[in-house]
Amino acid sequence: MFTEENLKKIEEIKKRYPTPQAALLPVLWIAQEQFKWISEDVMRYVAELLGLPYSHVYGVVTFYTMYNKKPVGKYHIQVCTNVSCMLRGAYENLEYLEKKLGIKVGQTTPDMKFTLTEVECLGSCGTAPVIQVNDDYYENMEREKLEKLIEQLSRDGK
Amino acid sequence: MEQIKLILKDIPELHRIEVYEANGGYSAFKKALGMKPDEIIEEVKKSGLRGRGGAAFPTGMKWSFMPKDSRPKYLIVNADEGEPGTFKDRAIIEKNPHQLIEGALIAAYAIGAQTIYVYIRGEYVKWMKILQNAIDEAYSRGYIGENIFNSGFSVDIYIHRGAGAYICGEESALMESIEGKRGYPRVKPPFPAQYGLWGYPTTINNVETLANVPVIIEKGGEWYSKIGAPKHPGTILFGVSGHVNKPGIYELPTGVLLTDLIYKYAGGVRNNKKIKAVIPGGSSTPALRGDQIEGVTMDFDGLRNAGSMIGTGGVIVMDEDTDMVKVLWRIAKFYWHESCGQCTPCREGTGWMFKILDRILKGGGKPEDLDLLVSVASNIEGNTVCALGDAAAWPIKFGVERFREDFEKYIKFKSTVLVEK
Repeated sequence: MFTEENLKKIEEIKKRYPTPQAALLPVLWIAQEQFKWISEDVMRYVAELLGLPYSHVYGVVTFYTMYNKKPVGKYHIQVCTNVSCMLRGAYENLEYLEKKLGIKVGQTTPDMKFTLTEVECLGSCGTAPVIQVNDDYYENMEREKLEKLIEQLSRDGK
Repeated sequence: MEQIKLILKDIPELHRIEVYEANGGYSAFKKALGMKPDEIIEEVKKSGLRGRGGAAFPTGMKWSFMPKDSRPKYLIVNADEGEPGTFKDRAIIEKNPHQLIEGALIAAYAIGAQTIYVYIRGEYVKWMKILQNAIDEAYSRGYIGENIFNSGFSVDIYIHRGAGAYICGEESALMESIEGKRGYPRVKPPFPAQYGLWGYPTTINNVETLANVPVIIEKGGEWYSKIGAPKHPGTILFGVSGHVNKPGIYELPTGVLLTDLIYKYAGGVRNNKKIKAVIPGGSSTPALRGDQIEGVTMDFDGLRNAGSMIGTGGVIVMDEDTDMVKVLWRIAKFYWHESCGQCTPCREGTGWMFKILDRILKGGGKPEDLDLLVSVASNIEGNTVCALGDAAAWPIKFGVERFREDFEKYIKFKSTVLVEK
């Protein structure tokens, strides 16, 4: 199921640690990159690949919030609402996004384009409020900037 | 107070190795390779350097706990920056990654580690790439790898990406996470120097702590010890956020006045408002009331005497219109979310605190709720495997005490009379 390239990458990663189990988090990252989310099948596959019990892999995947346990949209919008962001309008941003996208926090639009998640501190407090879209940070997201970004993403022109 | 920059220097393109080298970079590591490991540890002890990740533990002493046998040993760079209000490690990785790498190499040589893992939070994708690029540069110049400069010392550096768990910034949970497990903190003792990664001696240091090390080796521990507050010397990368005009990172000597940090450096409060509260060192450190910040110095003792802690140096400023019930509600929500669930007082207590605060915020608070909050907090405090329990309890306990009138207004009027700006 992993591509040849990814299998090679995994072999390289395993060399960094004295046990195959230690490669679990990095391998799950590669899995998420390739399969977009970590399904039960993926967990069983990773477990077999690293020689670990499925229960262990399941325990790890469900512990860490960044592993997607269900499919996410093309743009995964993660809104930090922790204190520094809250003080500068994060909840107003979140409310705007819910209205604009027509979904609640934790949901994905029916066209699988947007997933909206409320997240804890992203370590970007000096440029609050911050949102993360997939891997990228968008800082100082005042309303106007946020509106522009969403329009751009809706049109798919990033 | 004079601004002195040991880490975030005003040198353009410093993240590139040739620029770093042209400005004296990696000379401290070369010097260190000519010293005995114990001499390095002595120098760091003399410098008085204390950890910058929150606990302010003396770094040289931590290193000296490492046994001198022939077992494999590990150094972990803690870049799992997740304490709300803290954004300094990413600034170091972005602006001066080689000083972090150089510090880590010196530390690894001093403690006899052959492998360095950099545990970085999963969201910092951009900074992982910057750091990996810097590591690759350092490999290509022979600073990392086999038999470095014919010294007989060999070391490798690997980045290990986290996946969204604040608790993994706690050093024993972090080790569990590297081992490929859920991030449950371990019972201590044994401490990591005795029983660390895979049971081998391990030292875990924060990014900023290690970035200070090359300066100490280059200029000497005594020189370093004279910067800032005598019992907590050096500079700290203070991150200022919230209702200030110029949020950002300010590298300043320890002992700087909190009011100077806010007014002189961070441009004062937006719209010239008064200060209602300041969280001085990340969300785990109790907020001070606006009338408690006069004369407070930003160092371990200064903040302890003021009724809080230095923590990570992440300062969150809140103006007079801030709804402190909502702030404490948000902090409680955070710890509830991040509690790993291993210890009952923390797993249950953080949820109860959040539920009580949520009830108060929504107008259903009862007068006895305030004592109940303090009681729950007191029952978490000291009764858990790791410090997350304390970090969750203290802000609430002190928050209820220091901002009681905010809570009483909510309970009396049964509605959200205060609106956060």
